[in-house]
Amino acid sequence: MSIDNKTVRKVSKLAKIRINEQEEIKLIEELNNILGWVDELKKVDTEKIEPMLSVFNESMVMRKDEVYSEISDDLVLKNAPESKSGFFVVPKVVE
Amino acid sequence: MKDLKNLDISTAKDYLLKKEVSSLELTNFFIERIEESKLNCFITHTFDDAIEKAKESDKKISSNEEIGILEGIPIGMKDLFCTKGIRTTAGSKILENFIPFYESTVSKNLLNDGAIILGKTNMDEFAMGSANTTSFFGNVINPLKSNQENNKNLVPGGSSGGSASSVAANLCMAATGSDTGGSIRQPASFCGLVGLKPSYGRCSRFGMIAFASSLDQAGPITKTVKDAAIMLQSMSSYDEKDSTSSRKPIPRYLDFLNFNLKGKKIGLPTEYKVEGLNSEIVEVWEDTINFFKKNGAEIINISLPHTSFALPTYYIIAPAEASANLARYDGVKYGFREKSDDLQDMYECTRAKGFGDEVKRRLMIGTYVLSAGYYDAYYLKALKVRQLISNDFKSAFEKCDLILTPTTPNVAFPIGEKQKDPIEMYLNDVLTVPASLAGLPAISVTGGKNKNNLPIGMQVIGRPFEEISVLAAGKLIEDCRGF
Amino acid sequence: MSYLIDGKTGKWELVMGLEVHAQIKSNSKLFSTASTYWGAKPNSQVELVDSGMPGALPVINEYCVDQAIKTGLSLNAKINKKSIFDRKNYFYPDLPQGYQISQFEHPIVGSGFLVIETENGQKSIGITRIHLEQDAGKSIHDQDDKSSFIDLNRSGCALMEIVSEPDLNSPEEAAQYVKKLRAILKCIGSCDGNMERGNLRADVNVSVRKPGEKLGTRCEIKNVNSIKFIQQAIEYESKRQVELIENGENVNQETRLFDPNSGETRSMRGKEESHDYRYFPDPDLPPLMINDDRIEKIKNQLPELPDEKKKRFKEEYKLKDYDAEILVEDQFVSSFFEELVEKRDSKIVVSWVTVELFSYLKKKDIQLQDSEIKSKKIGDLLDLIIDGSISNRQAKEIFEEYIETDLEASDFIKKKGIKQVSDKSEIEALIKSVLQKNVEMVDDYKRGKEKLFGFFVGQVMKESKGKANPQLVNQVLKDLLSK
Repeated sequence: MSIDNKTVRKVSKLAKIRINEQEEIKLIEELNNILGWVDELKKVDTEKIEPMLSVFNESMVMRKDEVYSEISDDLVLKNAPESKSGFFVVPKVVE
Repeated sequence: MKDLKNLDISTAKDYLLKKEVSSLELTNFFIERIEESKLNCFITHTFDDAIEKAKESDKKISSNEEIGILEGIPIGMKDLFCTKGIRTTAGSKILENFIPFYESTVSKNLLNDGAIILGKTNMDEFAMGSANTTSFFGNVINPLKSNQENNKNLVPGGSSGGSASSVAANLCMAATGSDTGGSIRQPASFCGLVGLKPSYGRCSRFGMIAFASSLDQAGPITKTVKDAAIMLQSMSSYDEKDSTSSRKPIPRYLDFLNFNLKGKKIGLPTEYKVEGLNSEIVEVWEDTINFFKKNGAEIINISLPHTSFALPTYYIIAPAEASANLARYDGVKYGFREKSDDLQDMYECTRAKGFGDEVKRRLMIGTYVLSAGYYDAYYLKALKVRQLISNDFKSAFEKCDLILTPTTPNVAFPIGEKQKDPIEMYLNDVLTVPASLAGLPAISVTGGKNKNNLPIGMQVIGRPFEEISVLAAGKLIEDCRGF
Repeated sequence: MSYLIDGKTGKWELVMGLEVHAQIKSNSKLFSTASTYWGAKPNSQVELVDSGMPGALPVINEYCVDQAIKTGLSLNAKINKKSIFDRKNYFYPDLPQGYQISQFEHPIVGSGFLVIETENGQKSIGITRIHLEQDAGKSIHDQDDKSSFIDLNRSGCALMEIVSEPDLNSPEEAAQYVKKLRAILKCIGSCDGNMERGNLRADVNVSVRKPGEKLGTRCEIKNVNSIKFIQQAIEYESKRQVELIENGENVNQETRLFDPNSGETRSMRGKEESHDYRYFPDPDLPPLMINDDRIEKIKNQLPELPDEKKKRFKEEYKLKDYDAEILVEDQFVSSFFEELVEKRDSKIVVSWVTVELFSYLKKKDIQLQDSEIKSKKIGDLLDLIIDGSISNRQAKEIFEEYIETDLEASDFIKKKGIKQVSDKSEIEALIKSVLQKNVEMVDDYKRGKEKLFGFFVGQVMKESKGKANPQLVNQVLKDLLSK
């Protein structure tokens, strides 16, 4: 599987990272190198192997349904690049 | 006046309790050193807070109040741990001005135990790097220099480069690190220190900015193995805020001092004699093997057959998780935003300008391997190989108690090297990544030096949650190496 | 198949599946301790996970898990003992983590079914699955020309996505399905079912085909939030698809929005540009394991479900199908009814609940459970009717005022001066005076003009100013006229 400029553009759209033409050329090369390198894995027979989701093998502890807050309201917005009347503000979304 | 420069934590605690030195003196001593330092170890200083805390510690000590196990000890905090009211950047422009209003569990534990935080240490951006050259706040310089090329600045390793360098340069007594594929062990090795990556789940990940959640684990970087045990004692806890936090009981880590390695089986994985492994490193490895033999341990050869696949596996899994973990940096809730009237434009430009090249490269890879049509071939495949790698260790640990390997294939290299080809940089982690994938505890302790007087780290890997035996083996290396 | 669309080229069949998003009625969110209270000021119920803060970690709410299990059991579905949370990746301003924690391959509930009433009798609708997921926040687009505003109070609330098989074939069936589902959810208490507040909303997958042919391309109409709108949206969308196909065009598989003002659906822009969610298992959450004990315990606590209750009501209280159906739609209403009917004739109770009480609630635009009305309040009034103190008609006249007063029923009618004359001699006197005034008509009646009976009753009631007990009037009048 090799990456072409169409794929790089698609992936950059998905990752929401703008790339210029120069970066695109560089990325095509780098990503192809990296993916070529990870293609090593194809040599491994994984036919009967279950995917390993985590090394953590204890059961998940569940929380009681209790409301608890350490955060006062204004803190949530404290680091916001733009906010107004208690809302986060973003450039208008077109649906 | 005591020599404060080369103090370890246990000695410093002794001085503090005997009131031979005050925490304020100690803190001011390090503050001065940090101010004079040109190694770029810190992104943010927290001197005022530190001085206040030191005074409080002194008060507690002088009034014989109950004190914490790190009372009055000045440390560095990797800038990956969110610290309440103190800027936390993860080494990235995208969080350049982010001030958390919450405290990570690890930093909270340390503060509760009396530790004094001098500042936030520099690191590779979002912990993605092995040389601390990807930080938005500039690279960190290793205080150690080669005998041969004395003029060249060396990398401290990464991603916890600021932490390692600051401890090595005596800018603080110890520091926190985080290890995803070697980010504690490799810089500890490059800077001649002790770096301990505990078992996955031992230290809470709450408030630690995520890189790859299934691998990230906090741990200490210290001057001595004993200090590592003290730091780990404070950093570990079961945390109900982290669903992957272990409920296994936490031992008294200093008990490692009574752990006898006599008769224990030390495994040497044949596959770790990797291509490009420096011959001086092989020599130190052999010396270390002899230390163990002399002390009554049994040396056996073991096989970890899937070792060579660990690095490619890691470079699929870690970027894939990162691609989701770093999606939150979108210019909406906090951090850097590139202004635009168009939402998509805002997203794309914010992330293009806010992230550095290495982060972007990994986000692209991670996005690609999860995308429709490639998931099975890459991501799912990697999860299966991860299982095989983990199984390798399981079988190995049926035959041996600990595994001894070098930490890195090379010693610290000059800044600017290995920058052309990302893969060349990735290869730095070839010996540390397998234990990360298997979630095992592993320590790096300096086993010797090369002819240029640069440290060579030895790695000991243990069974899950057997940090005590890992520490004991580390201590043996420390005791035997003769410097 | 009774519902068919008339096209130019013949009849078309409608095939639909619904994805219903039901917000779980819990105090706190699925993965955070923030309150789910509806109507709080913006961004005031937002914990770290809900705003995607760096280092935030999800911890699952046990109650929400139990609600999903309960819902599964009520829909005759299989509970999966191991389920997995995945990250669904996409960028949107009200999705603060940059991904939604959802379940993809391994949902908590597997296949089941529910039964709806159609004009052709009962029909079983297959349930494909139910999974747990986080809700998104709210975006407000209409406040400003250039900006959208984001409120994260809803972000992270627990949703069950209940996915049906494509077993629905008419707008009416879709409506019945949602009504039945809502009744079940409300009965077991897992969801409020309040569509106006958006805590129950549906995505409708619509496709059309010529009867017997293979399935057509489907369009998904997102977030329809009333049963009426669901029906309208389906009617519009199916006709649109038929027209497209008949005009030789293709139906594009896409997401559409329903506009309640125009009654039309339109294609969504923006969100659709890249439809690759890159699901992968969330490394922050271990698998959700559910043991038999938990399932058994929940099963034992299940209340009587609407279908069972309806059957019982019909048998026990001899109710008509329609009355039974509307009484069991709401758990609160059915209990209210049962309290009333315990000591009273079901006929009078059912008519008072479904007619008088319901129209009062409708007028006040309030749910019974949110009103302050107690069953005793209604019961006391009914008792006065039953014992003849007041007439049914009198009771109806004063009903609204009575509901809103704090007075006891008997005190209230006393105060209002309403009393039914049930004294036989008094009524006899009244009747005699009426009959004396209308001698000719009495003769006509006796000659066979029996219709006049009603006239006499009317006159008596008028004479008594409506206070005479109608039953008694009837009875005495009959006696006197037959003499």
